[in-house]
Amino acid sequence: MQQQVDATGFAMWLFLLTEIMFFGGMFTAYLIYRNWYYPAFVAASHQLNIFWGSLNTLILISSSFTMAMGVWSAQMRKQGALVLCLILTFILGLAFLGIKTIEYKEKFEKHHVPGAHYSLQSFLNPDSDQEAREAHDKPLPLDMARHTEIYFSLYFAMTGMHALHMIIGICILGFMIVRARQGAYTGGHVSFVEYFGLYWHFVDIVWIFLFPLLYLISRHQ
Amino acid sequence: MSSATIISLPDQSTARIPKTNFITKENGLLSWLLTGDHKRIAILYLISITFFFAIGGSLAGLIRLELLTPQSDLMATDTYNKVFTMHGIIMIFLFLVPSVPATLGNFLIPIMIGAKDLALPKINLLSWYLYMAGGIMILYTMMTGGVDTGWTFTTPLSTHYVNTNVLSTGLAIFVAGFSSIFTGLNFIVTIHKMRAPGMTWFRLPLFVWSNYAASILMVLGTPVLAIAIVLVALERTIGIGVFDPTKGGDPILFQHLFWFYSHPAVYIMILPGMGVISEVISTFARKRVFGYTAVAFSSVAIAVFGFFVWEHHMFIMGVSNYSTLVFSLLTMLVAVPSAIKIFNWSFTLYKGSITFETPMLYAFGFMGLFTIGGLTGVFLGTTGMDIHLTETYFIVAHFHFVMVGGMLMAFLAGIHFWWPKITGRMYPEKISQLAAVVTFIGFNLTFFPQFILGTLGMPRRYASYPEEFQILNVFSTAGATVLGVGYLLPILYLTWSLKYGEIAGSNPWQATGLEWQIQSPPLTENFAEIPIVDHDAYDYEWLEKMELAKKQHEGQEVSSVG
Repeated sequence: MQQQVDATGFAMWLFLLTEIMFFGGMFTAYLIYRNWYYPAFVAASHQLNIFWGSLNTLILISSSFTMAMGVWSAQMRKQGALVLCLILTFILGLAFLGIKTIEYKEKFEKHHVPGAHYSLQSFLNPDSDQEAREAHDKPLPLDMARHTEIYFSLYFAMTGMHALHMIIGICILGFMIVRARQGAYTGGHVSFVEYFGLYWHFVDIVWIFLFPLLYLISRHQ
Repeated sequence: MSSATIISLPDQSTARIPKTNFITKENGLLSWLLTGDHKRIAILYLISITFFFAIGGSLAGLIRLELLTPQSDLMATDTYNKVFTMHGIIMIFLFLVPSVPATLGNFLIPIMIGAKDLALPKINLLSWYLYMAGGIMILYTMMTGGVDTGWTFTTPLSTHYVNTNVLSTGLAIFVAGFSSIFTGLNFIVTIHKMRAPGMTWFRLPLFVWSNYAASILMVLGTPVLAIAIVLVALERTIGIGVFDPTKGGDPILFQHLFWFYSHPAVYIMILPGMGVISEVISTFARKRVFGYTAVAFSSVAIAVFGFFVWEHHMFIMGVSNYSTLVFSLLTMLVAVPSAIKIFNWSFTLYKGSITFETPMLYAFGFMGLFTIGGLTGVFLGTTGMDIHLTETYFIVAHFHFVMVGGMLMAFLAGIHFWWPKITGRMYPEKISQLAAVVTFIGFNLTFFPQFILGTLGMPRRYASYPEEFQILNVFSTAGATVLGVGYLLPILYLTWSLKYGEIAGSNPWQATGLEWQIQSPPLTENFAEIPIVDHDAYDYEWLEKMELAKKQHEGQEVSSVG
């Protein structure tokens, strides 16, 4: 039995390794294009809403905290505390996705979603755009402005894949809340909670990388 | 062929298949579809893999038939594109990648290390369902018109210019990829955590080592392919521009991501096959594999080097000359561990008591054909040669020598070798030897002319070709027919042997692995009691002592009864 638990924990770490490779592909793409098209990345990054981004980071870190508390409660066999922590994590996860939806909606409205309706207006003529004005952006030459679409491609691919992981995590959380209320994890079988905790922290860490890479390019200027 | 053989079948008048084994334990379709038993899952895999191999093989037959004549007369050129694409996709993702690991590996790794099952039986079953889901999606793709990008999904062709089922194919490969990740993950965890007492790393059979190395590649490589496919799918559907040159994206980036998986994938396919060959050669030469440690580490070395050579698929795609130089050198370095294996197998044969049962014939086929396939790979890794030979039939011949001549031979060697263990019955020896020889002849006749065609400059992936190439193509098509017979035979006589084969007993080959010390077919829990391992792999003296002790023990029992 101990062998089984050891094995499952090891498997979970290996799975997270494959997840690193999965996101690694996109981070590589980001690295390359950011080097090639730096001005476009700066201008496009200024279009993101720093307030919502920071709030989301805060929410996600809090959810990692509640998750860690959940693992601790399971180990201490406190059923009530475990259920509470899981529900809090669940709500914080939903809040993150809600805010993400608001941000995505902004992008749709400003035609910053890559594809047929993509608009370069904010980058060719920054004075017409509130965010660009606030960041004191200068107009980009047409060639460079075009490459903002690459930035937004990566933005949607990376945050989208991250959000997908969040959605999967929230579904599992829902399942766990039901099971935790039945006392499934507080009788000594904590490993499932622990491994889910690893997954949740991993998703959190991915965001910790995404936030500065996507939101904070040259904010200090 | 002399009568020298090591088969020691039990007396056929009294021989019985053990009443309790993993096949008879439970009955009914559900007991198979919901099983957690690694042996049953292996058999599910074996059946489904054979099914997809038959489809992929039929498509290959269509390709060769079309190429019989210089004009494109059997099918339209775009149909031809679809046929070779589907052939490649099915053979690579649904046959070669899971072939040895998911069938033989699944069946044998837990037994070889003295465990009751894989570490994660449910994940193992899940991986089969994912494989089937991927396979069904591929079938759906074929029904609804197929896909014609080549198995490489080259951008921007796949993202912008074709209107075939790229999405469903991509999704299928994504799903089948997860099946492969889960298999690899399960193997790594099992080999680390589930070894029986006394089974140290350097007592593991080499089959386990090579599957371990392949598992590392599966776990680290496959997710990169997954993300590449996701990005292609997003580009096709909502129009993001990561690989789109009109938006400043770079199609070469796709090539990097794709080959970062797809080159190691070649080693995912071949490494488990090499493991089979190690087992077979040792058993039929009655010797410990020469340089056990070197062979074990060469598997790991292939896995490590395998991750740093992907750019040799891209020499003609406008990558920097300096990186070309580095990758060319690294490519040649991969030849070193592969050569270590070939040399060590040869040394194992030296002064061994060699017998020529079917698995050994296939193993010899592997050694010869893989050597040719591997060495032509070094040709192609040389930048100057590569520019001349790439995208010609030379490259087609090269990877078929490795994949079909190497991997498929190894797969068949393994299936024949462990058939008595899996089913409890022997395959018919004479006809299977014939099949092995037919396969070898058919294979060479099919693919050797393609080396010549390639050097003469016949490009791959075209339905028509200049008249002067016809004679060699006729040879190749004739060879493919012979090869087809060579593959059909085992399917027929192995099925036949399920009912009529002679009863094999536990150890017909007098082999040393733990799997041969238990009944055939094994119990559901493999071992009645957990074995304690006190000898190295391939220790034939230990086996002799064991047999002797067993005989004495039986003798005593008989005398005490008498």
